[in-house]
Amino acid sequence: MTSRQAIDIFYTFLQGEPVVCATGYISRSAQGAKDRLENFYMIGSMGLASSIALGVALCKPQKKVIALDGDGAVLMNLGTLATIGALKPANFFHLVIDNSGYESTGNQLSHAGRVPLDKIAQSAGYAHVRRAETPEALRKEIAAGLAKKGPVFILAKVSPDSGAPAPRVHAAPEVITENFSKCLR
Amino acid sequence: MKWTPEHTTRASEFSRLLKKDGFHFFTGVPCSLLGALLQNLSEDKDVQYVPAAREDAAVGIAAGAVLSGRRAAVLMQNSGLGYCLNALTSLNLIYRIPSLLLITYRGFGPDAPEHLVMGKSCEGLLKEVGIPYAVPEKDELEKAYQKAKKYLDHEKKPFAIFIKRGIFGE
Repeated sequence: MTSRQAIDIFYTFLQGEPVVCATGYISRSAQGAKDRLENFYMIGSMGLASSIALGVALCKPQKKVIALDGDGAVLMNLGTLATIGALKPANFFHLVIDNSGYESTGNQLSHAGRVPLDKIAQSAGYAHVRRAETPEALRKEIAAGLAKKGPVFILAKVSPDSGAPAPRVHAAPEVITENFSKCLR
Repeated sequence: MKWTPEHTTRASEFSRLLKKDGFHFFTGVPCSLLGALLQNLSEDKDVQYVPAAREDAAVGIAAGAVLSGRRAAVLMQNSGLGYCLNALTSLNLIYRIPSLLLITYRGFGPDAPEHLVMGKSCEGLLKEVGIPYAVPEKDELEKAYQKAKKYLDHEKKPFAIFIKRGIFGE
């Protein structure tokens, strides 16, 4: 399973849930999979997808809020895993696309290949933690995870994509803000 | 932990002022100069204070609150400003996410060595990236806040209020 396949699979399960998409190829692939107003595409502030999604989750407890994250971004902001595990927002869903590298800058390795992020999430106090290494397993875990009381953490172990990357995020940042905020009203 | 009834009173007046305008969401990393305000916010059932692991995460959490239609403030020491400059510039400024920043001003005058460089630079850093700020005295807090609120609402970008020693703690 490649990262884009994983992101494509993820989007087949969504209805109107807000998704905060991590910086880099994650946002680009999300836009490619399903460009929707409920996607908050990050083009900067790497590492903060989970923090932003946490802020939304705490303010919108009736909505399922999703952080579509990457392993490099999670490693950059491990502290927020502890914040999420401590606060335990039941509506928080964390999907981490783990290619164990920095794909958008040339596939340099991250330490996620040797450090299991799902075990860190488990220790941090996430309520439901799963790992998926095949498309079938990912479908099953996403479907099950969306029905669970959170915080949910799903680690999708993937390989990097070989083809050309999805196009850059086309909306201007302030337009992304406007669209996303409207969906949260 | 050094704050007095004077700090406590000022903190409760300041939080009342913010709450009146709909600031009910706070996040940050503590500083002793915010002692009385943090205590007030943590004990107030009408507001939510979310302790963050680091200042940039707090900026992200507050951004999520603002995107959800809430007003939000981030509390931190100016040492944390270094950690969150990228978040402020590549998230708040370009996405137009107006968070109120309450930043303690360590290194304003004599202080411990670790505060001296940031104490000298923090105003310049904000000026350089284009985040306006105020450095109020005790009795200018409300005026600074009104200026901040106006800016947040009109420009949809963050505004910082530096909190000097003696306002909410020593």
